[in-house]
Amino acid sequence: MASIPGDLKYTKTHEWVRLDGGVATVGITDFAQSELSDIVYVEVTTKDKTVKREEAIGTIEAVKAVSDLYAPVSGLVIEGNESLKDAPATVNQDPYGAGWIAKIRVSDPKEMAGLLDAAAYAEVVEKSAHH
Amino acid sequence: MLQRVGVGSVEELFAGIPDDIRLKRPLDLPGPLSEPEAVAELTRLAAANSGTDRLVCFAGAGAYDHYIPAIVDTIISRPEFYTAYTPYQAEVSQGTLQAVYEFQSLVCRLYDMEVANASMYDCASALAEATHMARDITRRPKVIIAGSVNPNHVEVIRTYAHGLNIPIEMLPLAGNVVDPAALERMAGPDTAAVIVQHPNFFGNLEPVRRISEVAHRAGALLVVSADPSSLGALEPPGAYDADVAVGEGQPLGIPLSFGGPYLGLMSARRRFIRNMPGRIVARTADLEGRTGFVLALQTREQHIRRERAGSNICTNQALCALAASVYLATMGRTGIAEVARQSMAKAHYLARAIGQIRGFVPETSAPFFKEFTVQTPLPASRVVDAGLKQGILPGVDLGRFNPEWKNRLLVAVTEKRTRAEMDAYCAFLKGLAA
Repeated sequence: MASIPGDLKYTKTHEWVRLDGGVATVGITDFAQSELSDIVYVEVTTKDKTVKREEAIGTIEAVKAVSDLYAPVSGLVIEGNESLKDAPATVNQDPYGAGWIAKIRVSDPKEMAGLLDAAAYAEVVEKSAHH
Repeated sequence: MLQRVGVGSVEELFAGIPDDIRLKRPLDLPGPLSEPEAVAELTRLAAANSGTDRLVCFAGAGAYDHYIPAIVDTIISRPEFYTAYTPYQAEVSQGTLQAVYEFQSLVCRLYDMEVANASMYDCASALAEATHMARDITRRPKVIIAGSVNPNHVEVIRTYAHGLNIPIEMLPLAGNVVDPAALERMAGPDTAAVIVQHPNFFGNLEPVRRISEVAHRAGALLVVSADPSSLGALEPPGAYDADVAVGEGQPLGIPLSFGGPYLGLMSARRRFIRNMPGRIVARTADLEGRTGFVLALQTREQHIRRERAGSNICTNQALCALAASVYLATMGRTGIAEVARQSMAKAHYLARAIGQIRGFVPETSAPFFKEFTVQTPLPASRVVDAGLKQGILPGVDLGRFNPEWKNRLLVAVTEKRTRAEMDAYCAFLKGLAA
């Protein structure tokens, strides 16, 4: 069963967000990492760029597929997780902790309200799992 | 077979095709030929060609008449290599994969670059792909191409650039080589790459260290196209900080074949490996610790990355790459240097000799390797036509690339040319001048 921490917000595209003092930390969910299987490369392509919500901000490469990472909220991409360059599998092992992928300085905190809570995201996972 | 498949006739297999679009007569083809008849017919067709067996070849412009040691054909004709398919299943393709790994390693050594791919179709497409690499890496739009790059290659770059709206600026020349002052003016923060060929299309050497310095100061990448046979005498692209180095591998044991198949060599700095197109073979170890070879970084390629891929190429020139590897291994360091030395010495001998013939002026004020341009007293196309009647292919008529060049002939000399052949060539030109 995929883990879905109650204190985070989520997107339909399987990103999670933690807002702390105006900075949103973003990663992919446990469900997403298990669907992708072994992740071999993670790249934040929009560092120092201002992005809009739902814009692609990076890519996650697994052995058989490459996925886009989408911004859950608008803002300035201030940081990518450099440790993933040498250890991309961290995203598989600890998707909500050490496997965070990007940090965005949020331009409109009200956008957080439009994200899914844990229960709503659980429904998304439920629907995705039965394809 | 029909019985096994469960149909009464071949016709039944096409039953699903609607009647109104079917061809209702036999195909208009000649009758079947036996093997000796087929061989006779193909021989008749082939006799319409004149190859380097019949013509003494002084033509170059990107493909050259270098000697191909017999061992190349012997090795590549082995059925294990000749009939091998694409090595997607590593377990049954170790021979192919190891051969490509060796090829990649040889390309890196030759060009003094850190990584090489399994090869592209030819130099032209490798150069075009290098252009895209530079744009992806620098995230800048514009490319500057030296006016002395092979015009056919520039044409291919433009074709690849079409639809992507890539601004291309041609770098003006001073004589036959790049004008570095013009590059200083043109290169800026919007420049992704400066593309230069060395030796260039006219056979001359470019001021590559100066070009490298200017390009890098502007934050652009240096993309170099270098004839691999020149690297037995000239400094390799890695020595003057090329970021991407490509070349045409045809001089390395591959026949002229009227334009192909040829071999695109492609190499780059290691940190650009994820932006490289094409196949890359890597060495690894299996679960039991034994050395093995696999296709690596396949997530770059379009069968995985799809529309996000930098290129759509998903093949290489495996047999030609093997031929080049056999050639390089056979010739070795000394052989490669000797081919370069002889080609260069003979080209300089011929240029000097042509300079003695009234009406013909070799344009050799800039240093050249194995090719040089000659001003002709009559159109170069007529020199070529007259030569063909005497068993000589005198060179390439540059008028084909630019009408202003119709009295310029591009002459190439390789280690295969003998003094007797070169003296006969001069006698032929003297006859024309008269």
